[in-house]
Amino acid sequence: MLNGMHTWYTYPVSTAHGGRRRVTTEARMSIRQAMLAILEQGPMYGYQLRAEFEQRTGETWPLNIGQVYTTLTRLERDGLVEVVVEEAASGNAGHGGAGEPLGSDRTHVYRATEAGRSEVSAWFATPVPRSQPPRDELAIKLAIAVTLPGVDVGSIIQRQRSATMTSLQDYTRLKRTGRAATPQDSADLAWSLVLDSLVFDAEAEVRWLDHCEARLRRAAVERGDVRTGAASANRTEGAPR
Amino acid sequence: MNAVLHLAAVSRVHGQGATEVHALRSVTFRARPGELVAVMGPSGSGKSTLLTLAGGLDAPTSGSVWIEGTDLASLDNAGRARIRRTSVGYVFQDFNLIPALTAAENVALPRELDGEKSKIARRLALVALEEVGIVDLVDRFPDEMSGGQQQRVAIARAIVGERRLILADEPTGALDTDTGEEILRLLRARCDAGAAGVMVTHEARHAAWADRVVFLRDGVIVDETGADEPETLLAGETR
Repeated sequence: MLNGMHTWYTYPVSTAHGGRRRVTTEARMSIRQAMLAILEQGPMYGYQLRAEFEQRTGETWPLNIGQVYTTLTRLERDGLVEVVVEEAASGNAGHGGAGEPLGSDRTHVYRATEAGRSEVSAWFATPVPRSQPPRDELAIKLAIAVTLPGVDVGSIIQRQRSATMTSLQDYTRLKRTGRAATPQDSADLAWSLVLDSLVFDAEAEVRWLDHCEARLRRAAVERGDVRTGAASANRTEGAPR
Repeated sequence: MNAVLHLAAVSRVHGQGATEVHALRSVTFRARPGELVAVMGPSGSGKSTLLTLAGGLDAPTSGSVWIEGTDLASLDNAGRARIRRTSVGYVFQDFNLIPALTAAENVALPRELDGEKSKIARRLALVALEEVGIVDLVDRFPDEMSGGQQQRVAIARAIVGERRLILADEPTGALDTDTGEEILRLLRARCDAGAAGVMVTHEARHAAWADRVVFLRDGVIVDETGADEPETLLAGETR
């Protein structure tokens, strides 16, 4: 993670849970705000910024260095950061990574402006809106599936539950081993909280799937059709105990 | 066979005729040394029945239950009771400690029942209590301990004397999140040290500590995650 040269596409855990990942405009927004907030601590160049971001979030949302510089350019255009030239050995915060030598001893860094600082304060002061729920492929898939004849909703649910459970096992393994298990500094703690977020999210999905299954079974029983809505198992007798 | 626990095409039917209930239908299941397996399913899916059969507390209607290579059906009551004391450790949601005994006495009890001298049984109990991290509470009574501490005593009782099969029925059910995770950490550590563990739970977050998660529905294993040996999916293979 400290090494800036890893591929940007690596994902530390199974992507089976990918259905609920939020990769929309709001995700790009949060990267922009997060980068700005990190810059508030002190001027940095792009690789440093990426390392600082990934130190806190693992590689859950891997940043392409091209993306980092595109975002920095936009932030600069909007007057939220400015480019400054610093002596190379001036001891910035941050970990390693290749700098951008301009001359032998100077480096090109980005610094948050006053406007950038107020944007960060506003970000922290404003709750993340849920008014526009992120598109949820699984909810959409089930919503369509239950209305179509001939779709085995029970097995869609079971397959999803196994896949999500596998992701949950992966997150839990990361939680109980590695730097999240014994956080040494605030970045490790941040990473373990991100993992907790993934765990709670996956857990909520499994609970929702259990709930869907139970409701579909009940609906099937009320219709007098004990077969539909059951998972791959085919009868509901013996259920009450 | 190197599985610590092997259920071979096990069925369990309660009642007869109109009131007949099929709690398990030809379930084949293994737990190997070093493996923690979680069993999930809605109530009535057969998960508690599976655990009861695995611990020799009940007998299957058909099929067989093997613990460390011994078919439980080949044993008489005394033999099964001995296996339960020496090979199997049980952990329950509500701890099931004996209120009149201290932590050390609770843990030593299965060893003493097995004919161990009480001094040796106590020494084994202290080793187990040390392993679960509460060696300082050995002389406390259950009602002088928190839920998490009582569950640690229960786990110590389940592992005392190097028992290799740990059966846990909702072991975190009565505990708050953090305490529950400590208990899972202990079960996990015990399995990493070579025991086989089977844990029934309805909480996905807790099941995620297992190497394998088995889903039961209406007495049938409908799916499992993390199965490294796919033949375990073939129910009834040993018939």
